[in-house]
Amino acid sequence: MKAVLVGATRGMGRALARLLAGRGDALALLGRDPNELLTSSRDLAARGASGPVVTGHLDLAEPEGFAAALDAAERALGSFDALIVTGGDFAPQETLERDSARLARLLEVNFTGTVVLCQQTAERLARRGGGTICAFSSVAGDRARRSNYLYGASKAGLSVFLDGLGLAYADRGVRVLAVRPGFVKTSMTAGLRVPPFAGEPESVARVVLRALDAGAPVVYVPPIWRWVMLVIRLLPRAVMRRARF
Amino acid sequence: MDGLSVETIAGWGRHPVCRAAVLRPERLRLPRAGRVLPRGLGRSYGDAAVPASAQSLVLETVRADRILAFEPSTGTLTCEAGLSLAEILRVFVPRGWFPPVSPGTKFVTVGGCIASDVHGKNHHRDGSFGGFVGRLVLETADGRLVECGPDRERELFLATVGGMGLTGLITEATVRLRPIETPWMFVEVEPAAHLAEMLDGLRHAGKDWPYTVGWIDCLATGSGLGRGIIMRGRHVSRGEAPGARPRETSVRGLPFDGPQWLLSPLLMRAFNAVYYRIQSRRTGGRFVPYDAFFYPLDTVKDWNRLYGRSGFLQYQCVVPRAAGGPVLSELLERVSRAGATSFLAVIKDCGPESDAYLSFPLEGTTLAMDLPYRGPTTEALVHELDGTVVRAGGRIYLAKDAVTRRDDFERMVPRLPQWQRVRDRWDPEHRFGSALSARLLGDEP
Repeated sequence: MKAVLVGATRGMGRALARLLAGRGDALALLGRDPNELLTSSRDLAARGASGPVVTGHLDLAEPEGFAAALDAAERALGSFDALIVTGGDFAPQETLERDSARLARLLEVNFTGTVVLCQQTAERLARRGGGTICAFSSVAGDRARRSNYLYGASKAGLSVFLDGLGLAYADRGVRVLAVRPGFVKTSMTAGLRVPPFAGEPESVARVVLRALDAGAPVVYVPPIWRWVMLVIRLLPRAVMRRARF
Repeated sequence: MDGLSVETIAGWGRHPVCRAAVLRPERLRLPRAGRVLPRGLGRSYGDAAVPASAQSLVLETVRADRILAFEPSTGTLTCEAGLSLAEILRVFVPRGWFPPVSPGTKFVTVGGCIASDVHGKNHHRDGSFGGFVGRLVLETADGRLVECGPDRERELFLATVGGMGLTGLITEATVRLRPIETPWMFVEVEPAAHLAEMLDGLRHAGKDWPYTVGWIDCLATGSGLGRGIIMRGRHVSRGEAPGARPRETSVRGLPFDGPQWLLSPLLMRAFNAVYYRIQSRRTGGRFVPYDAFFYPLDTVKDWNRLYGRSGFLQYQCVVPRAAGGPVLSELLERVSRAGATSFLAVIKDCGPESDAYLSFPLEGTTLAMDLPYRGPTTEALVHELDGTVVRAGGRIYLAKDAVTRRDDFERMVPRLPQWQRVRDRWDPEHRFGSALSARLLGDEP
């Protein structure tokens, strides 16, 4: 596989990129911090990625730069057949409630930027006969909770988009995988109270890779979250109002 | 965004314990001010990776685990400090490279291997881990990134190797790996009926074998004192390897803390005796996967829970060869008499000591045994053992220790003043500290 990754320097993205490198895939890393990208590209090259791991600038908050970033990745890899977006923004609910600018940025990155990037890429892939788009949404987008509905709203929008994208482009050979992580122990969630069923990035990455290879449209990670969320989605609103989580 | 979480921190022996804020960043950087304790995978047994108080920030390196460069012609690996030996093995064994020195677990970071200057079954031949480190980068107390090595900032390098994380934050290192042809080991096992036979056997095996170690039934007394098993191993060449790749070993967890009766002397005695019998019959050579030879305990994920909630100490000392047998007998007898020990003890002959000031091994014999922690009686036993070790001109291993007294420690380590001078030069305010440094060096908690 030739994959373009956004957010592969950290957390689940890093773990997934390592699995791809380990099986000899060709990788391009896009992101904001050139030093971090370079360091991660060396790591992935040493772990077996095929050819040099290329890097390029992409900020999910700046959609006007997407086309150029994708062009550059395409040139470096000699076209690509997958886009994997693990990058995203997160802040605690209290921060987002107080700080409108912070909230606007989170919505911009998690929803607007990610949607525009995936839409553009789907069109590119469809024109050349197909490919795969994988983006990380969240279980927070499955049901509103008082403790994280702002972050959850950005992910709910993304989930609906990914679902639709998969439907719309299936005939043109583009497969879409929406990953919905529950709580995963990464630097993004550091400092938060660790709930039951929390996952590690490495085991999550293995599940995602299997889903990617199998062509699944949606995958919950760790897998138990599929059932946890099924129950939570079924809870009556009155219960959600009283629930503290 | 890297948040802080307040966690309960302990070493592998689960004693002592301290609650403190933990940072687990993907990019290692010291906070601007305040006390810091660098920590890897937390496999040191005692209080080396435990903060002295809640005032200290624990900086865990495990997520800073990227490979920065690998030179396939020489096996030279440069990596971030949090890379584990397990990951090095996973990535590099298939390509024919092996860690130059490996402790009894692969769940240790490169930074931790350097900070403890770990040794392995090949110490008699190859020395300790620090001898294979060509270069390391240290973030010192003032926030500078200092590159050091055997030929560059040598003093700082020698103070950092074995320096228990007290000279600065190791952020990256360059290590020479060892070429291997297959993932297999050829292993021979031989029983030794008593201590003298064990010591002779180890010395003899050390002449021809790169890896040697002895397991002692440390509850055997009288004429059987020091009886055990000598294991010797070597990497297997391509021509003699048993065909297929070894199966990956499955890891099982221990889902509960061990109950007290499990540690009763009677049961321990029976366990050790049975183990001795079984192993004695397995003489002759066989091929085993490297995991089975180097990391047998890693197959049980949380084996430290076996010792129950109150935890355990691992007492490991080394005594000079000249002191040899009588001192080791005395140590084994004391422990046996106290009925304090459990399971098996590990014995190993060591090669010459390293130039690193606080490095543990010295030419002689090292003995390691688990002591279930039973409060003051266990601590008193350790002080007794320390007394014997001091008189013999030996020392204890800081990566295991949790209770040794400051004055005993000072008598064990003649190079301590040199080390302290270097530490004071680079970290005059002792930003880097641990429960161990408070106990043994008088740092403020």
